[in-house]
Amino acid sequence: MHMRTQSTRGQISIQDVVKVYDPEGAAVMAVDHCSLDIEGGEICMIVGPSGCGKTTLLNAIAGFHEITSGRITMDGEVLCSADKPKSEPGPDRIVVFQNGALFPWKSNLENVIFGPMMQRKLDRKAAIEKGRAMMADAGLSGVEHNYPGEVSSGMRRRVEIVRALMNDPKVLLLDEPYRALDSLTKSVMHEALLEIYYKNKVTIFFITHDLEEAIFLGHRVAIMTTRPCKPKKVLSVDIPHPRDYSVLTSKRFRELIEETNDAVHEEALKAFQAGEKEG
Amino acid sequence: MRKFLSSPAFWRGAVSIVVFLVLWEIGARSKAWMAPEFFAPFKELLVAMGFKKDYLPWIGAVPAPSGVLKAWVAVLAEPGYWQSWYMSLFRVLGGFVAAMIIGIPFGLMLAVSRVAYGIGFPAFEVLRPIPPLAWVPASIIFWPTQELAIIFITFLGAFYTIVINVLGGARSIDGRYFLAAQSMGSSNWDIFRRVILPGTLPSIVVGSAVGMGITWEVVVAAEMISGGGSQQAGVGGGLGFFIWNSYVGGSYEQIVVGMISIGIAGFASSELLRWGGRYATPWLKLR
Repeated sequence: MHMRTQSTRGQISIQDVVKVYDPEGAAVMAVDHCSLDIEGGEICMIVGPSGCGKTTLLNAIAGFHEITSGRITMDGEVLCSADKPKSEPGPDRIVVFQNGALFPWKSNLENVIFGPMMQRKLDRKAAIEKGRAMMADAGLSGVEHNYPGEVSSGMRRRVEIVRALMNDPKVLLLDEPYRALDSLTKSVMHEALLEIYYKNKVTIFFITHDLEEAIFLGHRVAIMTTRPCKPKKVLSVDIPHPRDYSVLTSKRFRELIEETNDAVHEEALKAFQAGEKEG
Repeated sequence: MRKFLSSPAFWRGAVSIVVFLVLWEIGARSKAWMAPEFFAPFKELLVAMGFKKDYLPWIGAVPAPSGVLKAWVAVLAEPGYWQSWYMSLFRVLGGFVAAMIIGIPFGLMLAVSRVAYGIGFPAFEVLRPIPPLAWVPASIIFWPTQELAIIFITFLGAFYTIVINVLGGARSIDGRYFLAAQSMGSSNWDIFRRVILPGTLPSIVVGSAVGMGITWEVVVAAEMISGGGSQQAGVGGGLGFFIWNSYVGGSYEQIVVGMISIGIAGFASSELLRWGGRYATPWLKLR
């Protein structure tokens, strides 16, 4: 009923990961013995208050930061562990950043073909062809030769997701990509993301603090504790894919929100009391 | 062009210049009916400050724009005037281009390599506060010709500004661009060429525009101090020397001609750079 193609590609296993930041000797535990298995082709939503340490996990998978102990594997291969605390960043794990990281000096199309050109997987002509096709698929025809600064922020996010998919990644790591968008644009973006997902079936590791967004998009929703971060509750969303916006008004959706809202609220409150600011 | 001529911006600019010229003309002609009795109440104070009794500072002492225009027309026919233009322009361009050729790679190197920064930056920071004009005597001694000495001083004027801007610009590139490029399989060289270079370009443009302004300030002073460099048979030693020569020769109208010429030259070169900058960074016009 989940309509999830069980894929062995892009399967992420987070095993007992610990991350301790040590600024000037005052050790701060950001991630505490966190374990989570994400199936290949799954949309796994990570929900937690800002600053709870969920981005630390994402950075560890992407290879931007080290872990202190534990290990993370992808498709059975070790990305990072106590022996090799930092994995190499690579095109199999592409991050879509919170405020976007499209190169402002490149046109949208040039941004989109950046990955294949860098990896020398395609020649320029083939890359442009593929880029145009994927942009058209994502409703981005007509802005190929505009700069990112010339299109709306919603379009920029879509361009960035297309740029990520052009690398043919095993997993897409999204770090609150829709946070800066207004709620109307956001709802359009959610459907657009699902549409792109149904065509590409890539594992999605999606960080958010918006519970509705998480339940609407995810196969599973992992609600994290606030600092140190580990799963407090993992919810399987039994609403079948493909989903569209009618889901938001369905009874089951409301029930799931009610079931989890307390847990999320509790952590938000803890984060607030710990002086963690939203921001 | 027609649109520009009918735009409010153009008319405001035109009014600004015309009003300025009219006030200047009136001021210059006021000598006859205003000074020095006009200052009678302040006379004692002014004399105490060191002013002469029969000569008080007043705009009437400045040549009128009509006189300046006359002197300008006269000078247009003189090859010496054009030679001055040519000499100053040549020195500014020489110094400026050298500052770009050396300054941009140097700034990028400081930004990219920690070792280069550690070795290069302290010496750079010690030399930077020395005003270019303080280098005049040393550089006249050091360089074999006065020409090279003046170009070197102009070079210094632009060099520090360009390096500082390039360094600051390269360092302020958003870290996410590097992470994104790295994830997508870029080599270090790719990152340098496709992230650092375009990311620094806006700062290179700004640094160059500011540097260009400084070169004009510096070249004029350097020409005055060094006596105009190569002055074969009194033929033009640059616009700075042209002004100095007019002063020595008592031709006050020509002083103003030289001053305005420098203004035009500086404005034109800045405008040219801005135009080139817009062309080099087309993505910035969007903001």
